Amino acid sequence: MQELRKRAGELLADGTVARVLAWRAGDLPYNPEPAFFETEAELEHLVYDGFCGANLSKLMIEASKLEGKTLVCLKPCDTYSFNQLVKEHRVDREKAYIIGVGCRGKLDIEKIRRQGIRGIEAVEGAELDGPEELTIRTFSGEKKCAYRDAMLERCHVCKGKEHMAYDELLGESRDTKDAERFAEVEAIERMPAKERFAYFQKELSKCIRCNACRNACPACSCRKCVFDSTKFDSEQKANVDSFEEKMFHIIRAFHVAGRCTDCGECSRVCPQGIPLHLFNRKFIKDINTFYGEYQAGTGSDEKAPLTNYTLEDAEPSVVRERG
Amino acid sequence: MSIANESFRPKIVAFCCNWCSYAGADLAGSSRLSYPADVKIIRVPCSCRVNPMFILRAFERGADGVILCGCHPGDCHYTTGNYYTRRRMTLLFSMLDFLGVENGRTRVEWVSAAEGVKFSATMNEFVETIRALGPNVRLGDLRCRS
Repeated sequence: MQELRKRAGELLADGTVARVLAWRAGDLPYNPEPAFFETEAELEHLVYDGFCGANLSKLMIEASKLEGKTLVCLKPCDTYSFNQLVKEHRVDREKAYIIGVGCRGKLDIEKIRRQGIRGIEAVEGAELDGPEELTIRTFSGEKKCAYRDAMLERCHVCKGKEHMAYDELLGESRDTKDAERFAEVEAIERMPAKERFAYFQKELSKCIRCNACRNACPACSCRKCVFDSTKFDSEQKANVDSFEEKMFHIIRAFHVAGRCTDCGECSRVCPQGIPLHLFNRKFIKDINTFYGEYQAGTGSDEKAPLTNYTLEDAEPSVVRERG
Repeated sequence: MSIANESFRPKIVAFCCNWCSYAGADLAGSSRLSYPADVKIIRVPCSCRVNPMFILRAFERGADGVILCGCHPGDCHYTTGNYYTRRRMTLLFSMLDFLGVENGRTRVEWVSAAEGVKFSATMNEFVETIRALGPNVRLGDLRCRS
């Protein structure tokens, strides 16, 4: 964290960058928020720890329109989103100075709470070079929790510790993958249709249409959105029936299909804890099986699967035949 | 059960592309081939005009089955439109299946302007499938149903 502050200060001072895009401490010890810093003095509020899960690449869309370069701190998985935005001409690579920050998995406060740790006042050991165990100060005394057990779901299926784009690297990254990426999706696929329906009905009925998933998603960055259109009954409002809940999430995932890098922000920001990544991951899995392995955001010039075709593509009837 | 199903008249929405399938439906008509009146045809310029939202909205508005007809791959009036349709619909149908919606309710068929017979046969068969599946409950509003 000190190193990052120092380096950002240097780059601000020598005029390489006009501003810094990183994280600032929030009102609670575990909710740092994305922030722009324009002076060296402000940088003392910059934080970088295990709770800095927010993907900053989407904020580069606005930063690309500003004068001068922006220093942006990207974790390995964020660089996929960044590359995807560059590919879609939403972000100007020339306007960004990327510091690839190290990552040893990001933390999910809900996972800590779910272990029965309540009344959290402070969390120690969340730093990049911290210990394997978190020390959590609560109003009922000190509690311990393994770092690994508090990690976000997406970190358990990490795409790798390599940064896909950077100008310089700062800090060590670690491999955190310990689960199969599609295991969850496959488990649901094995359930009978009735159970699948009941499962999604239960999950999606929790949706309050706060649009956090839409706002956080780096792929979901159209200037005009179908969900704001008054021509559909889906403009910004709470879902009125169970159909709208499903429609919103199917369409949300469909609109980013083939462009979603599986960064997991949708699930992380959902205040209701809906496993939204399942929709995106199902599309990724289908794309991989039907149209060949594809990972969005690796920086290749390959066409996105839904803007491409081959003469031998599977017919839609495969879904029915598969049973 | 069987009595209920016999009286059940499904609502079917058929999206037909202007250049092949709509003309195919026309041919079916002028050849005096019959298909159930439960099929409501919506003409679209090309099968790739059909947005996944159209299909979901048809279900919302009470359709029991949605079928999308277009030119055979390779014969698209706009050269490549139906290749994109094919990919999109494969993914959409797979997603609906994932959510537990019966996968017989949606279908894509390629019908050319010369295939009046195929059009009427496809529609007859599709209506039968939907009749067997019964009314669409899973993609409608569930609050009013027990």
